[in-house]
Amino acid sequence: MKKTVQELLLVENKQLNHDNFKLVLQAPTKLPEIFPGQFVNIEIKKATEIFLRRPFSVLDVDYENNTFSLLVKILGRGSKVLTTYEEGEKISVVYPLGNSFTLPQKQDKVLLIGGGSGVAPMLFLAKICGLPAENVHVILGARSQQDHVNIDAYQAFGNYYFTTEDGSLGEKGFVTHHPVFTNELSTFDRVYTCGPDMMMKAVAKEAAVKGISCEVSLENMMACGFGVCLCCVEKTKEGNQCVCTEGPVFNINKLTW
Amino acid sequence: MVDLSVRIKDLVFKNPVLTASGTCGFGEEIADFVDLAMLGGVVMKGTTLKPRQGNDYPRMAETPSGMLNAVGLQNKGVDNFIQNIYPNIKDIDSNFIVNVNGSTIEEYIELTERINELDKIPAIELNISCPNVKEGGMAFGVSCPSAEAVVKAVRRVYDKPLIVKLSPNVTNIAEIAKAVEGQGADSVSLVNTFLGMAVDANSRKPVLSTITGGLSGPAIKPIALRMVWQVYQAVQIPVIGMGGIMNATDAIEFMLAGASAVQVGTAIFIDPTIPTQIVEGIDSYMEKNKMHSMSDLIGGLQM
Repeated sequence: MKKTVQELLLVENKQLNHDNFKLVLQAPTKLPEIFPGQFVNIEIKKATEIFLRRPFSVLDVDYENNTFSLLVKILGRGSKVLTTYEEGEKISVVYPLGNSFTLPQKQDKVLLIGGGSGVAPMLFLAKICGLPAENVHVILGARSQQDHVNIDAYQAFGNYYFTTEDGSLGEKGFVTHHPVFTNELSTFDRVYTCGPDMMMKAVAKEAAVKGISCEVSLENMMACGFGVCLCCVEKTKEGNQCVCTEGPVFNINKLTW
Repeated sequence: MVDLSVRIKDLVFKNPVLTASGTCGFGEEIADFVDLAMLGGVVMKGTTLKPRQGNDYPRMAETPSGMLNAVGLQNKGVDNFIQNIYPNIKDIDSNFIVNVNGSTIEEYIELTERINELDKIPAIELNISCPNVKEGGMAFGVSCPSAEAVVKAVRRVYDKPLIVKLSPNVTNIAEIAKAVEGQGADSVSLVNTFLGMAVDANSRKPVLSTITGGLSGPAIKPIALRMVWQVYQAVQIPVIGMGGIMNATDAIEFMLAGASAVQVGTAIFIDPTIPTQIVEGIDSYMEKNKMHSMSDLIGGLQM
């Protein structure tokens, strides 16, 4: 899967809630295959004070239209300016980057846990993992109802559960407080998670106790995204490894968490 | 027809654009994006005798028009280079240069001797300017006697072109350049990164795990340009210029100020195709200005 740097056409920029946008980008050539967990690195030229690209994980791919979409959550100046781009504008993107989640075996029952912008690869994984919906369970966590995004387009691919810290949607508390997690964790063959470090660490800890295979997707700060700056390293049992090339997806067995 | 080739001693570079050490891995990492044979040279990631884990995360901070890094020479060591990397790059038609690092003079010598055995490595860049390691590195490059000592020792065991990479964190870079020229260096490359620092006002903590790091990017370009100009006037050997080069115009400015070649570094993080774009840009500039060989451009600053 060859990496490339290309000017992509922004064909859709849709606000999903107060701080989440869906951006759809179209490539001028046939898209390479892109898998859940992989990311793209975007140049935000409109903000001249932003020097480095900003990485975003892929939400979905449409090979027929040569487009892929991103879930952009406003976290800082870079993501904020990116959401001001208008449909029809071109954006320079380096992609596809990083490894991806290990796809499940045919008979597996899987648990996907997403929080914040980490929801994107979880929805993508639910969609293409190839399992019947009854074997795909997805817990999505957010601070409050207004922080959740609409996931109607993904309903058909799994069973969805929500948590909010204020109880305004679904279970009150963190994703790790949801009964599917607290009571049924040992019924799953694999756990996948992407979101804030604290959340992933809590998930990973329980999965490790139960001896369930668990993959996490890390978001370390990076400059290049393709393994040359060596800035985004994570301490692993095999030493420092680049999150952009050895990851972003790591099996928790490999990490020193 | 424009002849873009330049020479350091007897080594010919097909064009004056090289990638800077620590910004393109061993070349392979950017091979998806560019044809490496289009480049004048590839200066590979800093190599040491033994594997190094580098510094703790976080190692990077974005700053106005640039970035700080504190990687700390993470690399898998020279044995890994010889066994696993050299076979893949040795037949690519460009100059693959090893960036040599040590924490003692003995380490520099031993590593140089190992590299000297590799036929397809036509030159080394002696790094006496890494700001992110506790021992060696920049310590050698900030005084004339220590810079002279390491260059003298390495020169004794190495006959191929020897490039010495200089630190800008000195009072007078031209003096250091003259000192290493005096010990037989064939070229100097400058500048390595400027020692800098970033603070997070919210957490009241340094951003980097090492507190300080090396500043690169367009933020340093005017200072780097000034240093290249000063060194060009002080030495007879070719100068390789670098520091914030983002496009062909930047590269041409360095060459007008006296650089015989340039290295492109941090720009690769933004777009790995920039070095080859710069080759094309220099070519069209030369044609437009009716220049035929690089000597028409190098040091061509009109006063």
